[in-house]
Amino acid sequence: MEKIITVKDMVKKFGNFVANDHLTFDVYKGEIFGFLGANGAGKTTAIRILCGLSSPTSGEMNVAGFDVYREIEKIKKNIGYMSQKFSLYEDLTVAENIRFYAGIYGISPKKRKEKMAELLKKLEMESAKNKLIAGLPLGWKQKLAFSVAIFHEPKIVFLDEPTGGVDPVTRRKFWDLIYEAANNGITVFVTTHYMDEAEYCDRVSIMEAGKIEALDTPAKLKERYNAKNMDEVFIQIAR
Amino acid sequence: MKQLRSFIKKEFFHIFRDARTMLILFGIPIAQLLIFGTVIKSEIKDVHVAIYDQSKDETTQQITNKILSSGYFILDKNLESTNGIEDIFRKGKVREVIVFGNDFGQKLIKEGNANVQLIADASDPNMARLVVSYTTGIINDYVKKMYPNLQMPLQIQPEVRMYFNEEMKSAYMFVPGVMALILMLISAMMTSISITREKELGTMEILLVSPLKPVQIIVGKVLPYLLLSIANAFIIVLIGHFVFGVPITGSFILLMLETILFIMMALCLGILISTAVKTQMTAMFISMIGLMLPTIILSGFIYPIENMPVVLQVVSHIMPARYFVTIIRAIMLKGVGILYVWKETLILIGMTLFFIAVSVKKFKIRLE
Repeated sequence: MEKIITVKDMVKKFGNFVANDHLTFDVYKGEIFGFLGANGAGKTTAIRILCGLSSPTSGEMNVAGFDVYREIEKIKKNIGYMSQKFSLYEDLTVAENIRFYAGIYGISPKKRKEKMAELLKKLEMESAKNKLIAGLPLGWKQKLAFSVAIFHEPKIVFLDEPTGGVDPVTRRKFWDLIYEAANNGITVFVTTHYMDEAEYCDRVSIMEAGKIEALDTPAKLKERYNAKNMDEVFIQIAR
Repeated sequence: MKQLRSFIKKEFFHIFRDARTMLILFGIPIAQLLIFGTVIKSEIKDVHVAIYDQSKDETTQQITNKILSSGYFILDKNLESTNGIEDIFRKGKVREVIVFGNDFGQKLIKEGNANVQLIADASDPNMARLVVSYTTGIINDYVKKMYPNLQMPLQIQPEVRMYFNEEMKSAYMFVPGVMALILMLISAMMTSISITREKELGTMEILLVSPLKPVQIIVGKVLPYLLLSIANAFIIVLIGHFVFGVPITGSFILLMLETILFIMMALCLGILISTAVKTQMTAMFISMIGLMLPTIILSGFIYPIENMPVVLQVVSHIMPARYFVTIIRAIMLKGVGILYVWKETLILIGMTLFFIAVSVKKFKIRLE
C-alpha cells in the first residue's frame, strides 16, 4: 500500500516537557487513521506538527510526499484541517463561507459554483444557502465545516476531535461523511477520545504520555488485549 | 492576489455586519468630535469685563456701547489705571479688561492706527480665546461701518495679552487631538480585536493551515481598517474645518500623508498587541487602558504637556499621539511644511518600523 504520511522518530519538546517522544508510524493512502489518546497524551501536538502549525524538535516527517521542514507551503495546498471549534465564520452566510475558503485555496469561480451547488444539494442545505452560520443547528455546522475542509479536494484531511460536544446520532451521521470522503480517496487522519468512534477507523494508534503504545486495526487490538471493545483496550493501555 | 481579495472581502463582511464595529468606526468619531467641539465652541454670554478708557472720546464711547449692548458682555467696572488688573482677575469674576489708548479717535482717523489692548484671563484658555475674538470682532465691525471709505488699511489691531497662559497652547487642540484619539482607537483596537477574534474562534488555525501566507493574513486584516481610518480622518478634518472653523493653512496632501503614517503606526501597534494576547477582551482592555487613556491625557490634547509634572513630561515622549498632534497642529494651524515637522515625522516612522519588526518576530507562523 502507498504511504501518504511517514513519521520517523518525531520529537517535540516544550522546555523540559516531552510532548511527542520518538513517534514512528505510517499512514496509508485512502485509509481512516484514528489517533487516540487521553487528554494531554500529545495527539494535538502531533497533528499540529503534521499540518505545519507547529515546528518539530527533531525527526523525519513526510506528508503527502513533501518534507515537513522544507516544503510546508506545498503540504498546505494538499491538506485540509478541521478542529473541534468547527471554524466557520458565524457572521457570514453558508455561501459566503464556502466562497471564502474556495477563495483562499485559489479555486476558480466556475469550479466553485459547480461544487457549491453539488455540495449544498448533498447536505440538503440549499434553503440555508443565504442564512448566517450563527442561526444553524450544530449538526449542520459540523457537516458544513467538514465539507469546507475538503472542498479543495486535499489528499489528506486532518480532523482534530471533530465530534467534540455532539450527540451520538449526529456523530454517527458525521461519520457517514467521513466514510464518503475516504471512499473518494481522501486519507482521513482523525483524533478522538470517543472509543465507539475508534471502531469505525481502519487502523488506530493509541498514545500514552507522549508515546505510541499500540498501533493496529481495531479487531487485532481487541484480540491482543483480549477485550470486548475498544474501550477496554484503551483502559488497559492507559492504565 | 485572488486569495487576498477573498480575505479582504470577508473582513469587510465582518465589519459591516457588526453593529458595534460600525458604531465604533463611524458613530464614536463623529459623536466625540461634536462633543469636544461644542464644549469648546460654547457661546459666550454675560461675560464680565472691565474697561480702562484713556481717551474717553466719542469713538471709544461708541465702541464701548456697542460691546456692552451686544449681549455678550456686562460692564463690571471702569478702571482708572492699569494697576490691579491681575487682582481683578484673581477675584475671578472679570474675564477681560479692555484698555483704550490715548486719543483713540484722532489716531484712528489720522494715522489709521489706534491702540486697544485686550487683556484676558486665560486660566480657561478656550473662554479667553472666545472672549477676545468676540471683542475683536465687534471693534473691527464698528470701524468698518464708521469709516467705510477710508483708503488706508484701517484696522484696529488689538493687542492681546493672555494672562496665566500666555501662548494659549490648548486652543484648536481638539481637532488634532480627537483625530489622534480616534485613529488610535480604530486602528489599534479594531485590528487587535479582529485578529484575536480569529484566534478565539479557532479560525486562525484554519487560516494558518491554508496556503495563505502570514503576510497575506496581516495585510488582509490591516487593509480594510487602513481604508476606513483614512475615510474617518477625512471626515474629521472636514467637520473640524467646516463645522468648527479649524483652519487648514498648510498643505492638505502633507496633512493626509502624515495621517496615513500615524494610522500605519497604530495598525502595527494593533498587530503587536494581537500577537501578545490571546483573547478579544484582553486586546480591548490593553487598547482602552494602555492606549486611549494615555493618548487623551499625555498627548497634550486636553492638558498642555508643559504644565505636567516632569515625570509625565518624560513619559509623554513615548506617546506616538504626542508627535502626531504636534505635526497636525503645525500643518493645520501654522501652515508649515515638512521642513518644520521632519523630526516628529521621523520619530513616527521609527515607531512604525519598530512595531513592525517586533510584530513580525512575535507573529507565530507556527502557532506554538
